[in-house]
Amino acid sequence: MRKLLLCSPDFYGIEYEINPWMDRTRNVLPAMAQTQWLRLRETLQSLGCLVELVTPQAKLPDMVFTANAGLVVGKKFIRSNFRFPERRGEEKHFEKWFAGHGYEVVSLPGDLFFEGEGDALFCGEVLFCGYRFRSDIRSHHKLAELLNCLVLSVELVQDRYYHLDTCFCPLPGGGAIWYPAAFDEYAQRAIRHHVSDLVEVSPEEAAHFACNAVVLGEDIILSENSPKLGAALRERGFRPHELSMTEFIKAGGACKCLTLFI
Amino acid sequence: MFSEQIELRGHIIDSLILPKVLDEILTHGGRFTIREIKIGKQRHDASYACIDVFGPSPEVVDDIVRRLRQHGAEVVEQRDVQLVEAPVDGVFPPDFYVTTNQQTFVHLAGKWIETRPATMDCGIAVDPNQKTATTVKFSQVRKGMLITVGHHGIRVVPLQRSIERRGVFEFMASSVSSEKPKSAVIREIAGEIRMARNSGGKMLVVAGPAVVHTGAGEHFEKMIEAGYVNLLFAGNALAAHDIEQALYGTSLGVYLVRGALADEGHENHMRAINTIRGAGGIAQAVAKGILKQGIMYRCVQKNIDFVLAGSIRDDGPLPEVITDVVAAQKAMRSKVEGVTIALMMGTMLHSIAVGNLLPAEVKTICVDINPSVVTKLTDRGTFQAIGLVTDIEPFLRELTEFLAEEGGRSS
Repeated sequence: MRKLLLCSPDFYGIEYEINPWMDRTRNVLPAMAQTQWLRLRETLQSLGCLVELVTPQAKLPDMVFTANAGLVVGKKFIRSNFRFPERRGEEKHFEKWFAGHGYEVVSLPGDLFFEGEGDALFCGEVLFCGYRFRSDIRSHHKLAELLNCLVLSVELVQDRYYHLDTCFCPLPGGGAIWYPAAFDEYAQRAIRHHVSDLVEVSPEEAAHFACNAVVLGEDIILSENSPKLGAALRERGFRPHELSMTEFIKAGGACKCLTLFI
Repeated sequence: MFSEQIELRGHIIDSLILPKVLDEILTHGGRFTIREIKIGKQRHDASYACIDVFGPSPEVVDDIVRRLRQHGAEVVEQRDVQLVEAPVDGVFPPDFYVTTNQQTFVHLAGKWIETRPATMDCGIAVDPNQKTATTVKFSQVRKGMLITVGHHGIRVVPLQRSIERRGVFEFMASSVSSEKPKSAVIREIAGEIRMARNSGGKMLVVAGPAVVHTGAGEHFEKMIEAGYVNLLFAGNALAAHDIEQALYGTSLGVYLVRGALADEGHENHMRAINTIRGAGGIAQAVAKGILKQGIMYRCVQKNIDFVLAGSIRDDGPLPEVITDVVAAQKAMRSKVEGVTIALMMGTMLHSIAVGNLLPAEVKTICVDINPSVVTKLTDRGTFQAIGLVTDIEPFLRELTEFLAEEGGRSS
């Protein structure tokens, strides 16, 4: 059974601006956010996932985006070092939760920014890691040492796609969904070389966070308004589940950002 | 030239971080040398690269390093160069640093000092008080001289890799073939020679006696007359046969115009040498009106510097020939500064010897009927040389035609 960590959006809102999506004048509708989040949770559970919850904290509105808490491999939790001070307060709460649930908590050197599964995604045995806007490429080298695996560092070049999981989503069987324009040309070449089947997302669907999907075997949960991607996935035998994510897209996140595989 | 040393670690090959970093250096006006590279053996093994980054100003280097940092590059703290005293005259300390023909810097008291002149197969003598670094040959080493040892604190600047239009020196590289399109290449070479002259450069010609034997002397004279040649390095043979030709119309006893053997022609070069020896030298023979034509005559008339180095098989030799090889090498070394283009024709050993004295940025063209001459020249360190496998006469004829054409056009 797949286990995921989620955080209820009790304190979620746009309280600061640390990416181009955030606009404090365009605040979220709390009731709508709750509804969308609950729908995601139910969908995950209906697809057989075990959902664990970390307690939300006041003044940490982005704690809802648990994908950025760290990276879990086996019983090892590599905790994030957030780039922005606004999110650093989350670190201790996630650390406490994982330590309390039997995980070995690993911290990277404090000067190496690393934002967890937001910037580190396994595609087969290769760990793809994004860098530039949030994670520091030097953290990738530490991850490779810790996990003893091939880490491919890919540079992100569009600030709207500041985390790897906003423009890249591995699929079972060695394929991936991606939005190429979010990467520099070297990263595009490296991805093309290492990923056998790439499903390209259009700029419009990328802007609807189509790439920010949760992959559960053949079931893929993604935000609505991604008809072309949905069709491409169905062609490959996947079952897309589209959810409304409007309130979370206001902060630059969607389905994947709200979940962390543990 | 300013520089920083950076290190890269991780899966820099698979991620294409290494090529990206190298491209960034070039794109932003820098150059690089990969000092060390270790490629991981297994898929999950990390790789390592240590790279010297060079730029024309500290600002350019800082800008490049700032850009590279975001790709994970870390700046390496520099250590000073290691110095050891020379044990006796003429002997370097063990493990002395052997120079290449590329621009080289040593790190001394926190600063990079350029080693002058850029000459291959030398040691580097450092004067910490004067803050100078000088390339020295064995013969120049004096007991107690501080000589660089090991590789720390030494940087070699690579030749600029052009990312724009590729000239003859890029597309020819150093590969040798008799199948190359000669006319097009000779036209490009003429362009380079003309550019060197027009931009205040200095052209050195290294010529063997084949220039005279093949009847190319008259073309060479035209080049001298047109002001393209600034310096001539040759041996006794070129001068002797040129003078034989000037005085008797033969080269090694063969009439160049008719191709026929002259009666008792084998004596001609001996008589020519004797005449010049009798006059006291080539310049004196010109002054006395004895020598009135030929390559050497033109050189004297146009006041073109020449060095004639002796060899074991020389007849005579002519009075100007320097028979002590160390002295001849020293004389040549003292004159190569400022040379920007070198044309080497029909002489293997002389070409290699002169190649050893030239910095790598000197554009070097080697013309010989024997392909192995160019190969040997490049194999012995003059990697920047381009080669043309052809007889000297047609080469020089065509070259002078192109030079005349282009000279008359715009320059």
